[in-house]
Amino acid sequence: MKAFLMHRDQDFFLPREPLPNEAALTQDLELTTLFDAMAGGDGFLFEVARTAVLSSLTDPEAIRYRQQVLADCLEQPSVVIDLYNLAVEAIGAQKRIWRSFLSSPDSVLNWSVQLLELFVSALRRLRGLADEHAGSFRSEGFNRFFAMLASELDDQYLATVEGHLKELKFRRGVLISAALGKGNKGIRYVLRRAPEQKGWMQRLSVANRSGLSFQIADRDENGFRALSELRGRGINLVANAAAQSADHILSFFSMLRAELGFYVGCLNLRERLAAKQEPTCFPVPDAPGEPTLSARDFYDVCLSLSVEARVVGNDLDADNRRLVMITGANQGGKSTFLRSVGLAYLMMQCGMFVPAESFRAGVSAGVFTHYKREEDATMTSGKLDEELRRMGDIAGKIRPGCILLCNESFASTNEREGSEIARQIVRALTEAGIKVLYVTHLFDLAHGLYREQVHAALFLRAERQADGRRTFRLVEGAPLATSYGEDVYRRIFGSALDAVPTAGSDRRP
Amino acid sequence: MNLDQVVESITASRADYDLKPFFYTPLPDVDAVGYRHAVLRDLEKDAVFEAVRAFAQQMRSMREHLAQADKLHYRYQKERWFLDAVGIYCQAVGALADELAVLDLESSGLVGFRDHVAGYTRSEAFTGLASQAQALDDALATVRYSIHIKGNRVRVDRYQDQADYSQEVERTFAKFQQGAVRDYRAKLPDWLDMNHVEAQVLDLVAQLHPGVFGTLDDFCARHREYLDPTVGAFDREVQFYVAYLEYIERFKPAGLTFCYPRVSGESKETHALGAFDIALANKLIGQSASVVCNDFSLQGPGRVLVVTGPNQGGKTTFARMFGQLHYLASLGCPVPGLQAALFLPDRIFTHFEREEDLATLSGKLEDELLRVHEILQQATGSSIVVMNESFTSTTLRDALVLGREVMNRLIDLGLLAVYVTFVDELASLGEHTVSMVSTVVPDNPAMRTYKIVRQPADGLAYAAAIAEKYGLTYERLRRRIAR
Repeated sequence: MKAFLMHRDQDFFLPREPLPNEAALTQDLELTTLFDAMAGGDGFLFEVARTAVLSSLTDPEAIRYRQQVLADCLEQPSVVIDLYNLAVEAIGAQKRIWRSFLSSPDSVLNWSVQLLELFVSALRRLRGLADEHAGSFRSEGFNRFFAMLASELDDQYLATVEGHLKELKFRRGVLISAALGKGNKGIRYVLRRAPEQKGWMQRLSVANRSGLSFQIADRDENGFRALSELRGRGINLVANAAAQSADHILSFFSMLRAELGFYVGCLNLRERLAAKQEPTCFPVPDAPGEPTLSARDFYDVCLSLSVEARVVGNDLDADNRRLVMITGANQGGKSTFLRSVGLAYLMMQCGMFVPAESFRAGVSAGVFTHYKREEDATMTSGKLDEELRRMGDIAGKIRPGCILLCNESFASTNEREGSEIARQIVRALTEAGIKVLYVTHLFDLAHGLYREQVHAALFLRAERQADGRRTFRLVEGAPLATSYGEDVYRRIFGSALDAVPTAGSDRRP
Repeated sequence: MNLDQVVESITASRADYDLKPFFYTPLPDVDAVGYRHAVLRDLEKDAVFEAVRAFAQQMRSMREHLAQADKLHYRYQKERWFLDAVGIYCQAVGALADELAVLDLESSGLVGFRDHVAGYTRSEAFTGLASQAQALDDALATVRYSIHIKGNRVRVDRYQDQADYSQEVERTFAKFQQGAVRDYRAKLPDWLDMNHVEAQVLDLVAQLHPGVFGTLDDFCARHREYLDPTVGAFDREVQFYVAYLEYIERFKPAGLTFCYPRVSGESKETHALGAFDIALANKLIGQSASVVCNDFSLQGPGRVLVVTGPNQGGKTTFARMFGQLHYLASLGCPVPGLQAALFLPDRIFTHFEREEDLATLSGKLEDELLRVHEILQQATGSSIVVMNESFTSTTLRDALVLGREVMNRLIDLGLLAVYVTFVDELASLGEHTVSMVSTVVPDNPAMRTYKIVRQPADGLAYAAAIAEKYGLTYERLRRRIAR
């Protein structure tokens, strides 16, 4: 029995190998803010969100499968939450059953039968929910799930299970078969179905009872211990089977909880965004390698989650562009823009809605980030070293079809050197079929690439109004030789910075 | 000579055969040595060795079964263990007879046993025993019964093909199966003996199957003494050979070989090539260290090997090796070396320095002389004496005088001896002494080669070499001091 709400044909596994770029990705895209919003304070949901968001799907069909399940959830949030709570309760109740050392077959069997009784009643309730609501769900995922519950957990099956649970209390005694082993000791103990209770007439008839019997004397403690050991040999396997069955049902509920947990997380996030009227939409995932990337009014969901006001969205038309160079004013929204691109990819590829009016892109084979890191002072000499090492790591893992987000990479050395390093890297990666989005102050780099007009590049610039105010919008435009640090200085210090050299000849008036 | 270590290590895994007496009983004559050599040469053939090893293993298992039958309390349990023991015995003997029949044997020892065992396995006594044991075991293996436990009442019955309930439960829950599972099976005690409940069950099973259990009672009563005495003796005695062959096998990977020595009761011309101290070698190969082999030869009038040279140079090892070779040869065993011709002594005497003991320190020389005296009184011209660093507790002059006296007595007896000493003069007492010297690496005198070579004793050679190494020779000191 499988839930299959996350994948059409496979389970959703929580403990997984961390992605090679996971730590950097989480830090650079501030994913924790996203996970927190999805978790709503629940540690388990946090883990589910993290796993789902970081395990990108790369098949547009698989993405659409989840999108449809999620669409059902958005329409029937209360049913989904009921299902989720049922799984949570079943798992929680299990923890309340006293679990002794499970050292004897008897204790294993007792524990398992109690657990199974509890699970079977949860399964009955699950069936009930399925019967009641199946009609109002449209997605392939939920249709299959409800149909599976109806057929696998039909009344007859549940009755059989309950019959076994009754039988496993062995009110009619334990019947075991055996053979003679080494030294005539019993071996191959196998539990047998005890004969049905006969009518009272037969029970009275002594002639009908075959075999020979003996009785353990009341005060023979060793005898009772030996008898219980013998009985244990008989029920050892069935106790094992029952305990394993309980484990299996527990893992079914665990799986159900994890898979529904993702959608519950999506519901939580949607609620937060809807409350401040931020738009969301189901993105259009194109096949891998499809050179599409366009969006209307897409915004940084993590920024939005951490401020009260609505945040500024951007448009992006980067279809057929392999390189997007982003330059312009400090604090003009460049980093936010870069992050929102990364987030949109991850959210799209886990089957979620994205923070935008519309979003369309070819699915990526993986998102990588190379951000300038804050270094402690003693390490300044090794900064470039460190950057190059990280880039080396990335180069060892990145493949065609991936996306690389660079934020101020190689700014730790002088501009000429940094530009030259970056230029070679950018050229190599884009030619290898990797989409690069690069935020930089390196005028030499940006200007050089702009002049060359190669790599099918798109150049964006953070907008700055004549009075120096930021709009936090990016517009297409050639790189400028200054980033207006002067403006920031002025805002903070409240006075102009005479000493700032105005290097750019194309500085706007 | 550390032979106790050697014997210990040879017999370690065979305590139950009580083999040590064999190793402490040297053979009286050359014919007995030849008899054992022939048996050993047969056993060195892989097929023969394998047949004997397999037989021994089964006989060991048989004895374990008998011991177990003895320890147990309940009749049907004891009887079944006894039945198993008989079954194993019949199989072991049958297999051995089959193997020996087709093997190429040359020694009179093994050929004689082959004839015996062939006759025995064809006898009515043996074939009857084997077929009864087999039939009984087959019958017991088919017994099936059921136990119904309810409260304190146990009902034993014939098994009537009821369905396996565990499987039924498993099947019902199979649809929930997801990946790997924990094993919840309790570890139930697995004693060989029975508790009284099991015994009562078994009694009832026996009552339900009176035919087969009656036959079992009868079988055990009639075959108490089933073991053929000759087969039993073979089982023990052949272990002497097997143990030794297995022991020397461990030296082969280190490139160390054993050989059958030419053993003589008359000629005292004795020699060996590539010989080594078996006890030391056993230790060294355990540490993957290399083993140095040495040669010796006493020809013509030579009777006493006098070993001198730097300390820690392998002199004691050499002396032990000389003794070991002769002792092992006198057991009829192959000896550690490439090639050897050895004398069969009536006795081997050793005189090794006793460990320092405060209580006896003052009387050490006296103690030594007492022991030497005892040896000289018992030794005959056919004995071998190994003397190691005697008289070190006295002055060089005393040692020379005492040593010469003892040496002359040894020579007068005409026996074979090794005499390890720091007194160079003893190495050249005449035509009966052969001087051997432990050697060092020429460029690095601190390093020993552990080679003992035949050359005149010269303590100064070593002193000069070691002085050079530390820059303390005359020339070096002059130049160093001049600067």
